[in-house]
Amino acid sequence: MQFTQKDILDMESLSRDEINLILDTAVRMKEISERPIKKVPTLRGKTVVLFFHEPSTRTKMSFDIAAKRLSADCHSISASTSSLVKGETLLDTARNLQAMNPDVIVIRHSSGGAPHMLARTMHACVINAGDGMHAHPTQSLLDMMTVREKKGDLNGKRIAIIGDIAHSRVARSNCVGFTRMGADVVLAGPPTMIPRGIESLGARVARNIDEAIRDADVIMMLRMQKERQKGFLFSTEREYARVYGLSRDRIKNIRKDALIMHPGPINRGVEISSEVADGPYSVILDQVENGVAVRMALLYLVTGGTRNVYAD
Amino acid sequence: MSTLIKGGKILDPGNIDAMGDILVDGDRIRKIYCCGDGKPATSSSEAKPDKIIDASGKIVVPGLIDMHVHLREPGHEYKETIETGSRAAAHGGFTTICCMPNTRPVNDCREITGYILSQAKKAGLARVLPVGAVSRGLEGKQLSEFHEMKSAGAVAVTDDGRPVTNTLLMRRAMEYARGAGLLVISHCEDLDLALNGVMNEGETAARLGLSGIPNAAESIMAARDILLCELTGVPVHIAHVSAKETVDLIRAAKNRGIPVTAETAPHYFSLTDKAVEGYNTNAKMNPPLRTEQDRNAVREGLADGTIDVIATDHAPHSDMEKEVEFDQAANGVIGLETSLPLGLGLVEKGILTLSQLIEKMSKNPARILGLKTDLIQGNAADITLIDLEKTFTVDAGAFHSRSRNTPFNGWQLRGKAVLTMMSGRIVFEDL
Ligand SMILES: [Zn+2]
Ligand SMILES: [Zn+2]
Repeated sequence: MQFTQKDILDMESLSRDEINLILDTAVRMKEISERPIKKVPTLRGKTVVLFFHEPSTRTKMSFDIAAKRLSADCHSISASTSSLVKGETLLDTARNLQAMNPDVIVIRHSSGGAPHMLARTMHACVINAGDGMHAHPTQSLLDMMTVREKKGDLNGKRIAIIGDIAHSRVARSNCVGFTRMGADVVLAGPPTMIPRGIESLGARVARNIDEAIRDADVIMMLRMQKERQKGFLFSTEREYARVYGLSRDRIKNIRKDALIMHPGPINRGVEISSEVADGPYSVILDQVENGVAVRMALLYLVTGGTRNVYAD
Repeated sequence: MSTLIKGGKILDPGNIDAMGDILVDGDRIRKIYCCGDGKPATSSSEAKPDKIIDASGKIVVPGLIDMHVHLREPGHEYKETIETGSRAAAHGGFTTICCMPNTRPVNDCREITGYILSQAKKAGLARVLPVGAVSRGLEGKQLSEFHEMKSAGAVAVTDDGRPVTNTLLMRRAMEYARGAGLLVISHCEDLDLALNGVMNEGETAARLGLSGIPNAAESIMAARDILLCELTGVPVHIAHVSAKETVDLIRAAKNRGIPVTAETAPHYFSLTDKAVEGYNTNAKMNPPLRTEQDRNAVREGLADGTIDVIATDHAPHSDMEKEVEFDQAANGVIGLETSLPLGLGLVEKGILTLSQLIEKMSKNPARILGLKTDLIQGNAADITLIDLEKTFTVDAGAFHSRSRNTPFNGWQLRGKAVLTMMSGRIVFEDL
């Protein structure tokens, strides 16, 4: 199968076959990361720009490593430090970047839809590394890769996503992505953080966390941000941890083969207790590892994906 | 200079609905020649006009009135000026437009009101009626000088662009406005409830990951203003109704005899929040586009008389404000050059009769503002000719407005104004 997408903007625009192709490619990319010499010449001569308008260490580093393992020239600019971006409109930044002829732009932006705007104006391939509360397709793909790796197949699996759904691009992308692959997504969290109309993404809203996690194959906890207190979205972290947090007590009745995931960074003792985060069900570090593989796969596929990546 | 508008179908709801001719002399209507109400036909053969306008096949109506536009002058002339806005109005069939006070400086005193009127006079393309600010600087702290603005030519007051959040200030504004003889127009929005919202709350917002504004942000404020209207007995006009619940509240209030009036805009009866898909900033305005259910409620409200007026909330913005991230983009769309054709769409769909449409776009705003615009002898010759058959494709690039921010670009529409006469002068002609 030929991969024809120019951009990776959200999960909605990826078909089931395309997702499978990305995940299959990522599995082979993971093998490269396990070699003593973790570098292939596949993207030699290609330029990748990491344009992070919103701070992020983890995702940026993951993309940076992915690009370098494929021998691409990787440059990063961030809104806070770069004069290219300061005081300039996104459109002007896009035009300036375009003029330098990069092959791929990886963008993280605080406004939903910003990558779409970039993709409309640029010849370069645009990969969305998280836009506002909208989408985080690379996170969703690495989550899928992790589940597929442990469970073999996504079809028919039950995925529980718990926490601040309203502000979570990870939750949105996973609702769309996992349901497209035949999984059943159940959401739970404080009603203040469950946006009206979220069912239109294919997910079901459970009455409480226990109902959501009871038969789940995957329990995905979302990061709880303290600043949400300002919008009256929750009371205290203590109460949040007690009612919506994943504690050792709470996981007593979950499936024995359940996976516990978290997109990171985790707030120990708030949405997830330390014993659970570091416990036997947790695959949080596998997610991080697979993140590099998925991002390598995407860089490879959007830039053409024809060269033999495995020959070295 | 006299002009005879000849052979058209004259439609002035409540006054004339007949074939006939209108003789205009100078800036006034000299005589109407028509047959109607069993009266014998009168003939214009006695008239010796300097000029004849062939109106056969056209509908001749009193000049359209848009009681809610933003002309951006003074202060934001790169978006629109009184001249460009007036020209856009003329091309849309409007002879009278009411301009909102959120300019820079704010129209909260007689000097600014006077400045707007002098600029409008210089342009000479539309009758511009300034709306003053309820509160000084739109800050919601102190009443502005209603009497001064009234004497300078203002017709109404509002803090449009933002709500009057202080309920006591709103009450006093209504009472004070009665003393000054001004209409109070309310932009209904509960700012706490709308916090950070950039589009309608619901499925589309949930999918796009954008913060939503619930219907209640509008209807709660409308309920408050209706109750204040009942308390004070002073008429209040609810601007840009977008939500079903607001329509329901206004309908109930009118049934109780409360002197509330209301307007909606063409985008609310033409579009839903699905227009935002793809992060289309030209579908971003406040209040936001709502759901199918709300659009239907707005249409029903227009049909049963709950909503008196169609006004555009014409809000010009340049590319600088619109070609940006969706959540950063300015609120507002322009409407003067598409309002009538979109309204005629409601007639074509059978939602309104043509006569009702002319009431919403001319007669009712005139009544609410206390303007004399009937097509009768002695009144100012503000007249619009409409061609119901003329089809065209909306081309934002060809607009006379200085801005291009329309959600209707590329739409195929049928019916439009083909001649606009203001004070006896032809300000637009495309016959
Ligand atoms: Zn308003
Ligand atoms: Zn307005």
